[in-house]
Amino acid sequence: MTDTTLSEQQDGKGGMFTMAALQKVVAFAVLVIMLLFFSIFAPNFAAWNNMVNIMQATAVNGVLGVAVTFVIIAGGIDLAVGTMMTLTAVVAGLVLTNLGLPLPLGIVGALASGGLMGAFSGWTIAKLKIPPFIATLGMMQIARGLALVFSEAKPIYFNSTPSYQYISPESSITLLIPGLEIPNGVFIMFIVAIIASIMLNRTILGRYIFALGSNEEAARLSGMNVDFWKITTYALSGAICGVAGLLVSSRLNSAQPALGLGYELDAIAAAVIGGTSLAGGRGTILGTIIGAFIMSVLTNGLRIMGVQEEWKIVVTGLIIIIAVYVDIVLRKKM
Amino acid sequence: MTSPKRTPLVELRDISISFGGIKAVDHVSVDLYPGEVVGLLGHNGAGKSTLIKCLSGAYQADGGEIFINGEKASIQNPRDARNYNIETIYQTLALADNLDAASNLFLGRELMANGLVDDAKMEAETRRIMGRLNPNFRKFNVPVSALSGGQRQSVAIARAVYFNARILIMDEPTAALGPHETQMVAELIRELKAQGLGIFLIEHDIHNVMKLCDRASVMKNGKLIGTVDVKKVTDDDILGMIIMGKKPA
Repeated sequence: MTDTTLSEQQDGKGGMFTMAALQKVVAFAVLVIMLLFFSIFAPNFAAWNNMVNIMQATAVNGVLGVAVTFVIIAGGIDLAVGTMMTLTAVVAGLVLTNLGLPLPLGIVGALASGGLMGAFSGWTIAKLKIPPFIATLGMMQIARGLALVFSEAKPIYFNSTPSYQYISPESSITLLIPGLEIPNGVFIMFIVAIIASIMLNRTILGRYIFALGSNEEAARLSGMNVDFWKITTYALSGAICGVAGLLVSSRLNSAQPALGLGYELDAIAAAVIGGTSLAGGRGTILGTIIGAFIMSVLTNGLRIMGVQEEWKIVVTGLIIIIAVYVDIVLRKKM
Repeated sequence: MTSPKRTPLVELRDISISFGGIKAVDHVSVDLYPGEVVGLLGHNGAGKSTLIKCLSGAYQADGGEIFINGEKASIQNPRDARNYNIETIYQTLALADNLDAASNLFLGRELMANGLVDDAKMEAETRRIMGRLNPNFRKFNVPVSALSGGQRQSVAIARAVYFNARILIMDEPTAALGPHETQMVAELIRELKAQGLGIFLIEHDIHNVMKLCDRASVMKNGKLIGTVDVKKVTDDDILGMIIMGKKPA
């Protein structure tokens, strides 16, 4: 509108969210450097079996990371993703093992229970105006408690449902390409990521998630039903936790009710390392997946190098701080 | 303008709204005719923005009635207001900073193709309207947080005029603008007025009021001091209303 703006004109074709793209490049470069480093210094790190281990570990955290990315972009946070994952696994166990129902019902049970819990979190946040941090802290405990109650604090095994193995550890791709033993769980993670990415960038829901995280008041004034879309976002996030519940329990061939605490922090870390802003309004699914790979490569590599397990936690903390700092620096340049 | 035979486009009757015991708007009635610009004036905190937020659906009045084209209207939220072809340019602009111009322009009213948002079409439409409003605007693919104040303002204005508004609410549309940009907004207001839109204009600059408005309604401490025909009064008369709360004799 002014003449002064002429100097800052740029035909920004394809330049939207350039910074997010840059951040992904940085994160990807870090991942490659870590892979190279451990390949050289950690014996057997580069072995195929170990790569499969890393991929399997990434699958669960990656899917949880995707779940939490939706919520963080919408300007919220979800501390319950880890224990919701556990409860969905327990629900699958109850349906398949205790009730002896067929596999598809177990899958539906896991996804639906996750969706319900997410919707409840979203409802307390949207309607009761409870801050997301507190509301999901409550849900974290509710889900953890229910998982222990429903399972009577004992693991539920899937021995009566042998096909349950096909969700994560089995490798169906070997039927097509013999020898390429990539577990199904890894493919499921990528499928979840691709669908999530399309939802985020090409659907109304995705557009509104970015709008909510950018400026909730503007979203409201634009005629958006803010409460409905918030609840939908948390419900979707919960359902994705159901996918993670299936993956983790398939891999362990059991629903472990005591598992889950701490997974939420790894998932949030994956999102943040991948460039998702905790302030809301910015983030990508690809970034989160790269972030999840960085986390599991680090864990795996340090373990193989014989570094005391606990150091991984320290390093993770440092990486989160560095990632957020990089975010701040890049944002200033924007 | 105020001939009793014509039906006002908008009639706000006896509107009241309180926040925590404080009467922000106290039994205020104003109206607006097609092709007319009505200035809303008063000090900060006089209740102007609060009053028009009852019309734009951002607030719901505690008391009073709203008539659109002579019929009683129920405006519970911003979506209802849009259905009555009421568009608002908020003082804060109400833009989603992380989204680009097109996404902001169509926020809440996205163009769709095959169930997905049609970004290409929305950008084309945004380029079309911006070509008219602000031909220098080029930053179509960056988040609006990267735009200058004037550019952001033009996105907010484009959003308000794109959807064929019949009633336009402009809350200090030139507050963040330089003289050249202010001139462009003034021309736009005249153009929209000529098209038959009714415009409520909240404005502090008495000069702009005298230049752009047909009538001016002055508020003080939540109450309406009075509504005057701008051609029949002087700057000083209006300033007297704003400052002293006195209607000119």
